[in-house]
Amino acid sequence: MRNKPRIVAALILLLSLHAAILLAKFVTPYDPAVQNRDFPFAPPTRIHFVDSRGHVHLRPFVYQWKARPDTFNEYDEARDKSYPVRFFIQGPEHKLAGLLRSHVHLFGVEDPAQIFLAGTDAYGRDQFSRILYGGQVSLAAGLLATVISLFLGLVVGCISGFYGRWIDDSAMRLVELFLVLPWLYFLLAVRSFLPLHISPTQTFFLLVTVIGTIGWARPARLVRGIVLSAKSRNYVIASRGFGASDYYMLRRHVLPHTYGILLTQAALLVPQYVVAEVTLSFLGLGLSEPAPSWGNLLANLQQYNVLVSYWWMFAPALALVIVSLGYLQMANAVQELQSGSI
Amino acid sequence: MHRWRSVATLVLVCSGACFAALGPQPVLRGEDLQTTDNQIGRYGGTLIVAQRSEPKTLNPVIAADAPSREVIGRLTADLIHINRASQQTEPALAKSWGISKDGRIFTIKLRHGLRFSDGQPFNADDVVFSFQVYLDEKVHSSQRDLLVVGGKPIEVQKIDQYMVRFTLSQPYAAAERIFDSLAMMPRHLLEKPYKEGQFAQVWALTTSPAEMAGMGPFRMKEYVPGQKIVLERNPYYWKADQSKNRLPYLDELAFLFVGNEDAQVIRFQAGETDIISRLSADNYALLSKDAASRGTAFFDLGPSLEYDFLVFNLNDLKKDTDNIAAKQAWFREVKFRQAVSSAIDRDSIVKLVYAGHGAALWGNVSPSNKQWVDQVLPHPPRSLERARELLKSAGFAWRADGALLDRQGKVVEFSIITSTSNAQRTKMATLIQDDLSKLGMNVHVVPLEFRAVLDRVFQTYDYEASIMALGGGDADPNPEMNVWLSSGGTHLWHLGESTPATHWEAQIDQLMQKQMVQLKYKERKHLYDQVQETVAANVPFIFLATPDVLVGATRTLGNFKPAILDPNTLWNVEQLYFLPGNGTPAGGKP
Repeated sequence: MRNKPRIVAALILLLSLHAAILLAKFVTPYDPAVQNRDFPFAPPTRIHFVDSRGHVHLRPFVYQWKARPDTFNEYDEARDKSYPVRFFIQGPEHKLAGLLRSHVHLFGVEDPAQIFLAGTDAYGRDQFSRILYGGQVSLAAGLLATVISLFLGLVVGCISGFYGRWIDDSAMRLVELFLVLPWLYFLLAVRSFLPLHISPTQTFFLLVTVIGTIGWARPARLVRGIVLSAKSRNYVIASRGFGASDYYMLRRHVLPHTYGILLTQAALLVPQYVVAEVTLSFLGLGLSEPAPSWGNLLANLQQYNVLVSYWWMFAPALALVIVSLGYLQMANAVQELQSGSI
Repeated sequence: MHRWRSVATLVLVCSGACFAALGPQPVLRGEDLQTTDNQIGRYGGTLIVAQRSEPKTLNPVIAADAPSREVIGRLTADLIHINRASQQTEPALAKSWGISKDGRIFTIKLRHGLRFSDGQPFNADDVVFSFQVYLDEKVHSSQRDLLVVGGKPIEVQKIDQYMVRFTLSQPYAAAERIFDSLAMMPRHLLEKPYKEGQFAQVWALTTSPAEMAGMGPFRMKEYVPGQKIVLERNPYYWKADQSKNRLPYLDELAFLFVGNEDAQVIRFQAGETDIISRLSADNYALLSKDAASRGTAFFDLGPSLEYDFLVFNLNDLKKDTDNIAAKQAWFREVKFRQAVSSAIDRDSIVKLVYAGHGAALWGNVSPSNKQWVDQVLPHPPRSLERARELLKSAGFAWRADGALLDRQGKVVEFSIITSTSNAQRTKMATLIQDDLSKLGMNVHVVPLEFRAVLDRVFQTYDYEASIMALGGGDADPNPEMNVWLSSGGTHLWHLGESTPATHWEAQIDQLMQKQMVQLKYKERKHLYDQVQETVAANVPFIFLATPDVLVGATRTLGNFKPAILDPNTLWNVEQLYFLPGNGTPAGGKP
């Protein structure tokens, strides 16, 4: 019980982050690929409520960044004109959820001012937009790969636990092989066999498949354990005595026992796979420019001068941390729910 | 009395041999030292610099990689040298030289009484031996091509102990420049392995320093695999300052092997190295911020001689590359290349990639190469309208959603490969990708490992377009022959042409051949201007920009005069010295 508020908070945070990422086209003010070549490495736009004369405004406003002359990527606020932050503002056209044509964005400022909530990158692209769009790639990769892993794990675990004998033996040796694989090197090796120039969609599905098919071993082993214990229960043996088919027994008596473990595994695997995607992209094996993903965004930090000069380039890491903690909290919650402590 | 003196000499010689570190030797009578005009310095100290990777060899004849050449350059000397600051030739081991009226015969007079770093005398036999090795086809010297003029190797003939005659088969413009960086080697150490056919194996990194000797300011002291190479003063070096102090001032010169530029920056910031060369603009900006408090000084020397360019694959393809062959129909269309060139925003490249420390380029000659740059070469500003007109007149059209289509209705889509080790070129590719998307072209950026890029560009031709850089070696047009001659080994867009593939390549061939044998500067310049104009009109390379040469050094370094020619900072290493105390700003303009 005592963890309930924390779990609710984590759930709300996760849901809102997912919603924002899903509706990135509406939530973000800009297209993630548009370069503002006059504003490389601009820091996050400051949101003001009090203007230079000390008047308080209810509607927040911003000042435009202006490059400081004779410096490298240093900016000052042009205080002579303020631009109020507007909500449901008209902007570049997008297709909401792939269907609805719309010009409306959640927030924005009027031209020529720009609002960069998380600063800009080396090409002056809005980092906030890129984080949300990148989240679509990273989270989708994590979720899809989890589905693949769990599906494979479930199938292998069920068959292995239910039929036992040589099937069980060979399946479990295969599981051990996959468990001891140094997966990062394995991923690197797999990626190096793939063609170099493939479209972003292809790269995405390759990434998902590769990550997903590597991680099935642990869930398979857990599912097998559950199945083993479930199939030796009296009512299962009894149902066999009444002439139930294998399929019926699996579906009716065995599988329901695995749901709990699958949910916990899902909550654990999603953040792990998001990080796997980030790692691959960070090493240059993920999506190529200009498509954003959290790994691509963080790869900017590989350059020493970016690492020490522009703190807002760490923002994607924050999103990653939130997602990971949120999911781990969920895994805890599921486990506690199962053991009946909530 | 006489006997005692010889015993004393013996002890001295012995201690010299035993403890190796020998102070600068007194000047002997008849020793014809070169006097330098630098500020008079102080003896002592170790200069520490960083290198990206370990040298592969210290053999001057077979070394081809930059780290090897950088170290070898400090261990050896040449007959005639290009002064990196003035970019003009000056006497080195040669005291003087004369050219016959027809420009074919060079007579070089050597300095008298010079010694190798092991104390053995240097004379015409060593020169003749060195050239024999360079010209020997079996040794596979990378410099041999330079020494073959008009299809015939240069003839080398000893006149007397201090005079050598070189005969060329035809006149050759700026012929004295070919002597630069050709290391003179000791016959007494290398003749035996050469005769035994073992030359390629001599002077490996693991060779004992006692088996090596050169005419450079330093000699080999120690090699620690994976860490560093340490050189020590050559006590017999042939240069002295105006107070007759034998150079170099430094006791030792150490090259640390530091993997990448960022690691070099961190080492330099920590004060572990004294000089940092070839900084990227980002790191230059980062380091300059706190330069004063750290006691360092940074220099922007202006545009380098290097040129960055985008090149399309116009090669005759080997099999299995049909998808590239289909795209070559666009790449071969000169208007397509002109349109791409016109759509590229070079100013943005200079601003975003080089942080303003660079210059936009429309030709292969950098604006800092004042002697050879074509001043009237047009610099058309970026124009998407012109690009669209060019594409339209070449039969391209646009789909309703803005995608560019060729005559057959195929979408124009190609990829640009760049090296992952060069963040700047990947950045350029990303900017170009965005520029060309405004013309409806779908461009992909594919960063590959450096070796893979070279392999695709030079061997398999399995690429569509690439961003690369060339040049930077010398200001003279002759080293560029390899790039512009249709048969040249660096004729990147179309390698291995047996006959010029186009009329303009034939034209460039003729112009380059003519300028090579033209001895008068004015006529030669006129010919080379025409080359630059022909190249710019037909855009086999789409020139992008040239980075400034950015270097830094600790303020305690005296006589530090970085130059835009390679090696930018160590070219006058024999004159470098450590100032007493905190020192005053190093030379140049901060």
